[in-house]
Amino acid sequence: MLQSRFKMPSRDELKKRMDKIPDNLMKECPICHTTFFSMRMGKQRTCPNCGFGFRITARRRAKITFDTFDEMDADVTVPDQYDDKKYRGKIAKAKKVTGIKESVLTGIGSLDHQKVVAGIMDPFFIMGSLGSATGEKIVRLFEKATTEKLPVVMFTASGGARMQEGIKSLMQMAKVSQAVEAHSKAGLFYLVVLCDPTTGGVTASFAMQGDIILAESHALVGFAGRRVIEQTIMKQPPKNFQRAETVLDHGFIDAIVPRTNLKQTISQLLRLHQREASHG
Amino acid sequence: MAKKTAYQRVQAARDSHKISTDELIRGLTTDFFELHGDRSDGDDQAVIGGIGLLKDVPITVVGIRKGADTEENIKRHFGSPEPEGYRKALRLMQQAEKFHRPILALVNTPGAWPDVDAEYHGIGSAIAKCLQVGMQLKVPYISIIVGEGGSGGAIALACGDKVFMFEDSIYSVLSPEGYASIMWKDSSKVQQAAEALNLTPEWLQENGIIDQIIHEYHSGENLGPLRDFLANQFNELANLPIGELLRQREQRYRNF
Repeated sequence: MLQSRFKMPSRDELKKRMDKIPDNLMKECPICHTTFFSMRMGKQRTCPNCGFGFRITARRRAKITFDTFDEMDADVTVPDQYDDKKYRGKIAKAKKVTGIKESVLTGIGSLDHQKVVAGIMDPFFIMGSLGSATGEKIVRLFEKATTEKLPVVMFTASGGARMQEGIKSLMQMAKVSQAVEAHSKAGLFYLVVLCDPTTGGVTASFAMQGDIILAESHALVGFAGRRVIEQTIMKQPPKNFQRAETVLDHGFIDAIVPRTNLKQTISQLLRLHQREASHG
Repeated sequence: MAKKTAYQRVQAARDSHKISTDELIRGLTTDFFELHGDRSDGDDQAVIGGIGLLKDVPITVVGIRKGADTEENIKRHFGSPEPEGYRKALRLMQQAEKFHRPILALVNTPGAWPDVDAEYHGIGSAIAKCLQVGMQLKVPYISIIVGEGGSGGAIALACGDKVFMFEDSIYSVLSPEGYASIMWKDSSKVQQAAEALNLTPEWLQENGIIDQIIHEYHSGENLGPLRDFLANQFNELANLPIGELLRQREQRYRNF
């Protein structure tokens, strides 16, 4: 009988070896299920196989998208009137993780020498939910853009309304829509980039109000939650029914752009909307 | 009458004997002519729309409605519009603007219809359009929450100059059942959720979300006083120059 020459290391030795492996060394793509070394995601945090853009903080997105970014309204945050202890705890944690004080980072960015007012939602801030201060920051962003006659680019990533703020959260949908429309009526360009995930009240308002609507590859885009739909139709919805590619097929998105091409595409679209260029 | 708890209010708002959207339209207007279809995909039965006279003044009415029986309720998805319904409402509201007709929106919905086809036909986009266009319509625009005012599906038709609520109605970011399931992973805590959501007309009025509470009208009751009230409200709004009307509407929502 053949004896194995492999000698099983001791328990302690195994543990020592395990400890040497850094955390999060490997990553699995939730879309194509490829496993790869995390470092292969690169600065853009995309899947090297299918191009899926992993969720990133608003700060990181500002850094990888714009040449310069001047933050606006950095101190606008959740009003004190919401004093529920559990909610306060969530806010404190979200601030720490994201380095911003509400679920959207706003500011003036430049991209290939083009100025644009930008909003970037942060999926790590209570799921990018739409709080009243989120709505306030977005409205101020549009007001600024309207006054200064600048285009807006908005990166959406949100679980929808902020339950903890109840009806006030719902009202933000109307408040922001109003500001979007005022900007639009001034003949200014509004570009939306749908990021993973864009759902609920954000989908049903400013995410779908862009002149041009782009989406990152495989981003989840929808209105109702999968579970709610499942309970309504009493069966499993199709696997990819709320993926950007499906939404594109149904005519609600202009184009899908992998994150690695996004900067170039935004720059191109801004250039195509420059007023000077069209009037000569 | 003893004050109802929040959950009793939820039940009253959902009561199947509640006055229907159709009866309100018939009782408030004369010469009502129903208009169908979104001119694109279909005609959603959950949304009724048309033109009628409110004390001799032509107005456009759009309404989200539940059914009177099971068969109707299935057709109308229990008062949950599909994208086609919102597009129909939007089409009629834009038509109202063209002909300078004031708009009355009656809302009784647990929320937009959550199914796969609604997603494929752009339910989010349809609601977003109602909000974007609704906020800027150059005609007086009044909404009444008749029973349930659930979430994005309700605010889509409640973003005008004035929002009123019936006594037995509710308006919230999500249904109490949904809220309990999301916040506490326990959908049986509905009563607690109803309290937490602050969905009663009284709370909403105190906090400036709605403008006024309307006395509850029961089926068969004379709607004359409500007709007079609405005619007065429309008159006041119609007397404002358009720029001022839009400015006030903008201000109403800017403050939230």
